[in-house]
Amino acid sequence: MIPSVTKAFPEDGPDKVFAGFLQNGEFKLQQCGDCQKHIFYPRIICPHCGSQQLRWVTPSGQGVVYSTSIPRGMAEGDYNIALIDLEEGPRMLSRVVGVSPEMVTIGMQVSAFISEIDQVKVVLFKPTTPKSEASL
Amino acid sequence: MSPSRSGLRGSVAVVGVGLTAFGDLPGRSARENLAEAAFLALADAGIDKCEVDGLFTSNFPDTFPCLHVAEYLGINPCVMDDSNIGGSVYVSQLQHAAAAIQTGLCNVALIAMGSNTRSKLKQTGVMDAPREHFKYSDEYKPKAPMNAYALATARHMHEFGTTRHHLAEVAVAARKWAQLNPRAMRRTPLSIEDVLQSKMVCDPLSALDCCLVADAGAAVVLVSSERAKNLRQKPVYLLGVGVAMTHAGIAQMPDLTTTAAAQASKIAYEMAGVKPKDVDVVEVYDAFTINTILFLEDLGFCKKGEGGDFVSNGNIAPGGSLPVNTNGGGLSCVHPGMYGLMLIAESVEQLRGSTGDRQVKNAQIALCNGNGGHLSSEVTAIFGTEDTL
Repeated sequence: MIPSVTKAFPEDGPDKVFAGFLQNGEFKLQQCGDCQKHIFYPRIICPHCGSQQLRWVTPSGQGVVYSTSIPRGMAEGDYNIALIDLEEGPRMLSRVVGVSPEMVTIGMQVSAFISEIDQVKVVLFKPTTPKSEASL
Repeated sequence: MSPSRSGLRGSVAVVGVGLTAFGDLPGRSARENLAEAAFLALADAGIDKCEVDGLFTSNFPDTFPCLHVAEYLGINPCVMDDSNIGGSVYVSQLQHAAAAIQTGLCNVALIAMGSNTRSKLKQTGVMDAPREHFKYSDEYKPKAPMNAYALATARHMHEFGTTRHHLAEVAVAARKWAQLNPRAMRRTPLSIEDVLQSKMVCDPLSALDCCLVADAGAAVVLVSSERAKNLRQKPVYLLGVGVAMTHAGIAQMPDLTTTAAAQASKIAYEMAGVKPKDVDVVEVYDAFTINTILFLEDLGFCKKGEGGDFVSNGNIAPGGSLPVNTNGGGLSCVHPGMYGLMLIAESVEQLRGSTGDRQVKNAQIALCNGNGGHLSSEVTAIFGTEDTL
């Protein structure tokens, strides 16, 4: 028998749930209960193994810059656009802020935080402060 | 090779090619440009439009391109395909058309496109672009579409030491070919220094690393190889075609230095029974200079990471060891937003031996690779003359 869609999947899809977390200042990833892989962007089915057993987890917020670029001539001036490899595995597009865009380099350690671009809540990244420096 | 794939080899041929003028066609609609190219392709083939029973087209702005085009041309096709996987789509339509002709679903396939994106941009300030949004990326305002290519460029530079000088070699080679093509939009001399000094549009890509924006129409006509022998033009046979994709948005591309062209070309080479060393002329979708480097690697013309050195010292320019983008490419000849059909047209014209000053001597096998989206879909087609069957 084909399982009932309404029972198999939650009424609020993961896009809406993720947006709710962001509104509350939380950055969450999904993790597959079957293959254990982490997933971003949010989905209703695991793109790795096809499972629907996905749960929300709190990532470490740590990542590494996989690639970086600077769009020029944009209305708000120059900014960074980067791809970030999260510690948990998924890659996401974001901006690294807090340093000039030219200073963002591939391999740089970065930390996630929640901010806004044009009144839209987003996950941004800033260079990770070394522990010794942070404790000063 | 699977028998079902190998059966397509040489089963259909391109028997007509039509191209409008390229560049500024300010008094023309996109559909008018398509119709002119379709008319020219059918005239070239010596086939009446009423015989077209397979219609293949695509564009960014329309939702129902086949219906509009069929209505406009006054044809009544029983096979229609206006799918969209980006600018590579017309190359993928070779696969669909070949399968449809071979199985008897249609007899005469017309693949056609038309664009007035340059004039529209000048007149309205808006450029034709795909309609959909990339959720979880667009919020950050990447500069579409070049941002995805800029990210791939930065990663290729990081992993393999590729430089802006290497990228400039690609732009200069394209310009040298364009100087041999009367139809090309950009034919003034271009130096490596010019490219290096051009203003950055999305680091590490500069304005001269980016393609043109052009008004243009293009069309090709395909029939069975049997029928092709009795038509007025020298048939150019489809030997192999492969389609592959890795992602939609750039954040989901598994490895920014290896495109789906590696997969697509494997299928096409196997179907065609040829290897990279057998290819006489190569046409790749050079929307940005990094594309040519990535694709030459993924298509097997050099090793991964060695594309920068491979394109250096004029190696892909006229007189080099491998003729690449002999029309001048999207960088210097024409780029109507979705460029794939121009790759097919140039491949066919090279194998007909009809390209004048830029003709590759004794060209028997041509390979083209279409790219779509943000390095998302890749489609490789391999063509041959009658001697290669």
